[in-house]
Amino acid sequence: MLSFILRRLLIAVPTIILISVFVFALQKLLPGDPVLAMAGEERDPEVLEFLREKYRLNDPIPVQYFTWITNAMRGDLGISLRTNQPVLELIGQKLPVTIQLAVMSMIFALVIGIPAGILSAVKKGTVTDYVANVVALSGLSIPNFWLGIMLILLVSVKWQLLPASGYVPLSEDFGKSITTMLMPAFVLGTALAATLMRHTRSAMLGVLKSDYVRTARAKGLTERRVVLKHAFRNALTPIVTLTALLFGELVAGAVLTEQIFTIPGFGKLVVDAVFNRDYAVVQGIVLITAIGFIFMNLIADVLYVLLNPRLRGQ
Amino acid sequence: MSNIDAHRSPAEPDAPATTPLLEVRNFSLRFRGQSRDVVSGIDLRVSAGEILCIVGESGCGKSVTAMALMGLLPPDAAEIPSGSMVFEQTSYDLTRQVLPARLRGDRMAMIFQEPMTSLNPAFRIGDQIAEAVMQHTDCTKAEAMQRAGDMLEQVGIPAPRQRLREYPHQLSGGMRQRVMIAMALVNDPALLIADEPTTALDVTIQAQILDLIRDLQARRNMGTVMITHDLGVVAELATTVAVMYGGQIVERGPVSQVFDDPQHPYTIGLMSSVPKLTGPRTRLTTVPGTVPSIADMPQGCRFQSRCPFATQDCNTVPAMRDMGADHEVACHYAPLDSNISVVA
Repeated sequence: MLSFILRRLLIAVPTIILISVFVFALQKLLPGDPVLAMAGEERDPEVLEFLREKYRLNDPIPVQYFTWITNAMRGDLGISLRTNQPVLELIGQKLPVTIQLAVMSMIFALVIGIPAGILSAVKKGTVTDYVANVVALSGLSIPNFWLGIMLILLVSVKWQLLPASGYVPLSEDFGKSITTMLMPAFVLGTALAATLMRHTRSAMLGVLKSDYVRTARAKGLTERRVVLKHAFRNALTPIVTLTALLFGELVAGAVLTEQIFTIPGFGKLVVDAVFNRDYAVVQGIVLITAIGFIFMNLIADVLYVLLNPRLRGQ
Repeated sequence: MSNIDAHRSPAEPDAPATTPLLEVRNFSLRFRGQSRDVVSGIDLRVSAGEILCIVGESGCGKSVTAMALMGLLPPDAAEIPSGSMVFEQTSYDLTRQVLPARLRGDRMAMIFQEPMTSLNPAFRIGDQIAEAVMQHTDCTKAEAMQRAGDMLEQVGIPAPRQRLREYPHQLSGGMRQRVMIAMALVNDPALLIADEPTTALDVTIQAQILDLIRDLQARRNMGTVMITHDLGVVAELATTVAVMYGGQIVERGPVSQVFDDPQHPYTIGLMSSVPKLTGPRTRLTTVPGTVPSIADMPQGCRFQSRCPFATQDCNTVPAMRDMGADHEVACHYAPLDSNISVVA
């Protein structure tokens, strides 16, 4: 197992290098001059030149890349052109917020999506199945921003049950932190629950037809045990893979929801950095996100092997 | 071995032969959305220690019958318009399609055609067998594993204690079928239903598995229903044989009677399609035509569309006729030799 993980990590290295090249190249290809953005009203050529020298923007592009990547490997992702804060520090501030949001959303998604998927597979063709499918389709079609606004109007403004927006760090007040994030996590989670439900349903439908499920029934096991142990265990593989991918997306793509609930997370950082041509920040974010994705995939692969005895020991 | 036998004593060998272990009456089955029955009013009877072989072409309804007796047919796929079952002196109404789960895997057990896919790939085989024990017996995991190991030994798996910890993919097809047999027999059932248990196996393995089934069946005095399309299997194992065609039993009787003196034109056709090692080499005879689909099944005798002797009379359903010595035939012209010569 350990050698498997090490091997997967080794394979990840060229992927990360490739991504870093892309990220860097994309930045250079984008129109617009960061120095102009930074200088604001100032148009003095000497000042601009000074800034270019300071941020080493006059170096040949390969040199710039190597400077960036070697610094990155030492944990130095550069300094935000806008706020003068180290990029790593910026990300370090925002990432926990987004991860908390992602984890809570994922819990919602799993707790709703998987049981709903199992239920609608077991009750295929019945009212339960149809209702679950209609709800899932609605979950997929309703835009997050609309659901978010509606929830704020109802739950916060009308019933005054939960705070409408903001963020409280976990370390400051655990309970308050959780309750503040309940609504945005629900909004993000329900959309993913729909996807998860559809995949769980189709995986379960396939597995429920299999011979070993028939064997389990022939042993006289209760239907509950047949479904939850013998069938679900084998349907888990695609669900695990999907969950890992969805989690990666959650970390990278909660922009809209973060905006609505004014959560100072990763999404807001990305948007601000892009709008302000804050190259260093964008590069850092993309790199960290990519590594996060690779990491999630690694976890999925490891789980995949753990779930499949056939893959063990190979 | 011994602790299995101690666990539940086998059926009394001297029990009167008049009370069969399993008796099925007037069983019919229909797939939802179809207008005709795929199995139409069949009767089955199996006593302890008896091997009943149900033989017939694919699609004649033998496998669905077996599944229905185990209560394994999904109610949304099939309905049972008529049928009742008496098993170990208890009556069950098959039409309700809710056989108690406690019967399955305990008093009646089943093995299937596909050993490669019938075991759950995610669990160790020891756990899969022990699970069957724990479902029906109040015992600890360790005791259940102990019995699983004993059972693996009985079905002839070498190094059974180590095998308990292996996964299905680590075993060959023949070994997997042995595991399936171990799983089916671990609770010492009174009735074993085997649905083409050797069809998916190599010929040499087939013989081993058949020997194993016969051996275990005899030692435990188990009633056995063996579903097969292979007359070789019938000759090898059967005490009695029931020949099915188009969802009906056309002939039934002790295996020697049916093999030596087949009366139904379909049985005769089946027998003469088997190659023989002795005697002159001749072209094999086949039953002409193919089995009609259920919707196209003729009214009356379902075999009439392929029967060389069919006449107007065959438009009515033939009743089972007693040929003596428990030999019964559903044909208007039985006994065939005397009646056909009269017509001709």
